[in-house]
Amino acid sequence: MELFQAIANMTAASFAQHMVNGISLGSLYALIAIGYTMVYGILLMINFAHADIVMMACYFAFFGITAFHIPWYLTFIGTIIATALLGVTIERSAYRPLRDAPKNSVLISAIGASFLLENLANYIFSGRPMNFPEIPFLSSIITVGSIKIQAICLFIPVVTVICLCILLHIVNHTKTGMAMRAVSKDYEIARVMGVNIDNIISITFAIGSALAAVGAIMWGIRYPGITPYLGVMPGLKCFIAAVVGGIGNIKGAVIGGFILGMGEILIVAFFPQFSGYRDAFAFIVLILILFYKPTGLLGEKTTEKV
Amino acid sequence: MLKVRDLVVAYGGIEALKGISIDVPEGQIVTLIGANGAGKSTLLRTIMGLEKPRSGSVEYNEENLKGLNSQHIVTRGITLVPEGRRVFPNLTVLENLRIGAYLRKDEDGILKDIQRIYELFPRLEERNWQMAGTLSGGEQQMLALGRALMCRPKLIMMDEPSLGLAPLVIKEIFNIIRRINESGTTVLLVEQNANMALKVAHHAYVLETGRIKMEGSGRELLENEEIKEAYLGKKKK
Repeated sequence: MELFQAIANMTAASFAQHMVNGISLGSLYALIAIGYTMVYGILLMINFAHADIVMMACYFAFFGITAFHIPWYLTFIGTIIATALLGVTIERSAYRPLRDAPKNSVLISAIGASFLLENLANYIFSGRPMNFPEIPFLSSIITVGSIKIQAICLFIPVVTVICLCILLHIVNHTKTGMAMRAVSKDYEIARVMGVNIDNIISITFAIGSALAAVGAIMWGIRYPGITPYLGVMPGLKCFIAAVVGGIGNIKGAVIGGFILGMGEILIVAFFPQFSGYRDAFAFIVLILILFYKPTGLLGEKTTEKV
Repeated sequence: MLKVRDLVVAYGGIEALKGISIDVPEGQIVTLIGANGAGKSTLLRTIMGLEKPRSGSVEYNEENLKGLNSQHIVTRGITLVPEGRRVFPNLTVLENLRIGAYLRKDEDGILKDIQRIYELFPRLEERNWQMAGTLSGGEQQMLALGRALMCRPKLIMMDEPSLGLAPLVIKEIFNIIRRINESGTTVLLVEQNANMALKVAHHAYVLETGRIKMEGSGRELLENEEIKEAYLGKKKK
């Protein structure tokens, strides 16, 4: 009943406003969640450092513009490349030496990499929140009727869809993508086919980190206060998004991202009295999905033919 | 062509191969028979670079393969049809064939070879766009064979290609193995189905708990009383 009342009280304009917010937050979650799901798909490990890769990307962009005065568009390109390299470096130094070790060791190494990045950032950049620079046009507010929208909110979904199309093309229609899918199911036999596993894993980390960088830049424009711990909460939620969608499944991660992003915004919109619980929403969804569909929405049951 | 000498392979402290020597001459079908746990698969996996030997050597055309990774060994013209088929279930039939040709750059040759494999296994062509995971066991085995042929191997190693298949399908698979060999590919075949394997083999080895127990031509072993009793399920007269 309360819900109906809340909807009734809402004007079309404010509903549109919430939708725009929800879609843009969902898109950001989706971009970051893809990185979790791709790495899990190939290495069967949760890359805890992914959240901090997002954070580092924010700082790369921040310093590129404020300290080095590089034009914002060049900074963004540079940030994407630097973040991809960072992802590959973490894989090489923290995960590759443990390729034949038990899964738990890799997981612990991932947590270590995460703490290292957070504390390094805290040490070098200081813990004080910094203001992500305003980007001409993207940071400006557009007014349509009674709705006020930050321009970036309109770009986020578009950029996300473009990134997703490119990604799906790579995964489904290129030789590298084919090798990625093969490695994710059976790396030993992929190796027998002549696939260089280490290269494929590096490419996976590069792609996941590059997408995280795209998400991070847009995150910074949308929510300009950046701190060394800014990746933690979104990282957790994006990991949940990947699980909700079915971990290892790219489309699932996108759907999961949108469910969490939209849900979070709409809860606050319809039940302002619960707005303090907005972060709890993701965890409630996680518990429900683990109860009723543990493999996630698009997750496949693993069956083996003998 | 392939010379294995005094090969010892151990998992932890347990030796799966306790000093094995075999020869695979070019153009032949050589088979290894033996019970579960005799070390047959371990031998193939070691030749393919998936296990590291403790001692001994694997020589291929005078080149020592020791220390090479699988992805380099395949460039020498050796490939493996693994136990349990292990096609990529999330790739289509066509993609499975294409990944077999992963290191090749000659697109025309690849297309021609795919066509050739579809002629060999018409059922695969019908299932061209199906995910390999949805195929029946026999079809998956054909796909695993086709995938291995896509790298144009000089030596093809097969690990229990008849495992879990219906008798009629087994017959078909063995016919294909013969045809693959007649077209000039050397075959190293590991089988529990000793009867079928010995019938196609030029030369055969009997493996028992990590050691070669006996060797001879396929026909010799087929007629050997001990083999008859232990592996062919026939009583001594």
